[in-house]
Amino acid sequence: MDAKRADKLMTGVLYAVAGLIIIILASLLGYILWQGLPHISWHFLTSPAKSFEAGGGIGIQLFNSFYLLLLAMLISVPLSLGAGIYLAEYARNNWLTDVVRTAIEILSSLPSVVVGLFGFLVFVLQFQFGFSILSGALALTMFNLPLLTRNVEDALRSVSFDQREAGLALGLSRWETVTHIVIPSALPGIITGMILGAGRVFGEAAALIYTAGQSAPALNFGDWNPLHVASPLNIFRPAETLAVHIWKINSEGIQPDAAAVSAGASAVLIIAVLAFNLLARWLGNRIYRKVTAA
Amino acid sequence: MQNYSLDDIYIRDFDPATEEIAIDTKNIRVFYGDKEAIHDVSLPFERYKITALIGASGSGKSTFLRSLNRMNDNIEGSRVTGQIMYRDIDINAKNVDVYEMRKHIGMVFQRPNPFAKSIYDNITFAPRRFGEHRKAVLDELVETSLKQAALWDQVKDDLHQSGLALSGGQQQRLCIARAIAMKPDVLLMDEPASALDPISTSTVEDTLLALKDQYTIIIVTHNMQQAARISDYTAFFYGGKALEYDETRKIFTRPKIKATDDYVSGHFG
Repeated sequence: MDAKRADKLMTGVLYAVAGLIIIILASLLGYILWQGLPHISWHFLTSPAKSFEAGGGIGIQLFNSFYLLLLAMLISVPLSLGAGIYLAEYARNNWLTDVVRTAIEILSSLPSVVVGLFGFLVFVLQFQFGFSILSGALALTMFNLPLLTRNVEDALRSVSFDQREAGLALGLSRWETVTHIVIPSALPGIITGMILGAGRVFGEAAALIYTAGQSAPALNFGDWNPLHVASPLNIFRPAETLAVHIWKINSEGIQPDAAAVSAGASAVLIIAVLAFNLLARWLGNRIYRKVTAA
Repeated sequence: MQNYSLDDIYIRDFDPATEEIAIDTKNIRVFYGDKEAIHDVSLPFERYKITALIGASGSGKSTFLRSLNRMNDNIEGSRVTGQIMYRDIDINAKNVDVYEMRKHIGMVFQRPNPFAKSIYDNITFAPRRFGEHRKAVLDELVETSLKQAALWDQVKDDLHQSGLALSGGQQQRLCIARAIAMKPDVLLMDEPASALDPISTSTVEDTLLALKDQYTIIIVTHNMQQAARISDYTAFFYGGKALEYDETRKIFTRPKIKATDDYVSGHFG
């Protein structure tokens, strides 16, 4: 076979493989949306779940998912920024940083159910936080931190060394160079990574089953005092999230409309994760254009 | 290529009475780990002159230049010993405020490295960090530095476009403008024209000649014609030593050292 024909053939094969992947993804997505969209209504999105009868919604779970996400990101974003900046800009190459990097690699490949059980033993039992938003947020931090740190480090490293030298040669301190030159250049990558991380956290179930719990007590949306038991902001209440709810209805749900609720909840979940991804791309591009004046 | 003796050395004597010295280096040695990259180099640099550092790749000229504003500090495992006297202060001493020193000794790098910011911000960024916030002053600074760097006419209509949108030669002149906006005494230039086309190179060279009235310029260059065209003094580096240092005209017409002679006549390098 001559080079030209081989080239054509292989191009065709690659197109076919890519097409296959797209078809699988699209049909999966389409199926979930097609099954779930008809069940989504304002009532479904806002009312509490029902355990034994039909007509339950996912209002509390949806709120829990967002609240837990917010708390988890509040803890993990500053930590991962600090760790990532340290690893990319300050850490010398020695055995200690090698150990830290290896630890991060291992942590990031830890199965989330292991993270969940670890969270159960440490946060729920040892620290006596119980099944609570706080335990869940800490477990999600454990789950998310390695990936975010890695993402921050990579984003910073992708900024050319020349940029740092330019800053230093003007008499700027290392910290000023990092915060005002390197980070702005790396910001689109950092933000994209954070939002994708948020999407991952939003859809996480296994790490939360034994930490944030599987029950969604009724909330009083008129009471925003975080110290009150029924307050949505209380961080010591158990909080079943959307993903956990889907898992639970499918494994032990006895509602007559369990299948419908599960389908609707899945569709909502996937739309939210999709929205996170699109937002990540849009925001990343926008910020890049803004900071680079391009 | 033959090996030349590192002991045959000619360093011109400067008369401090008539030739004011901006930076005086004494016994500079640079180590990368255990390897000594620069062996005992002592060169004075006269004020308001252009001094060229020439030599083959790996001869140590860039390493030497980078030690003058302590950019080697940022390279892991590197160490510089010796004295670098600037205004009666040894700026190579441990307790020197490196950041303050770099405001006086600016640097332009081999590859243009404008910040991913607008042209205006590229130039005003550092001055603003050091406390200059008056808009009129900053505007003036942008205009004068860009004019000195011979870039003003090309960019004055859109100072808020990205510095990265400029061509390579323009980017390099932006970097020069950025460096002189700090009003340094000394400008170190590490092959500033090596990544540029001939036309941009000649513009940058004209820029340097125009800057000579106000700045002491030390420039590393690969290009011997460039050294001959723009510099007043030339130091020839070989094997981590400065073998010959003299007026440029003498280096290129009557070098005293065999290695220099062979290098400038194109026998190696």
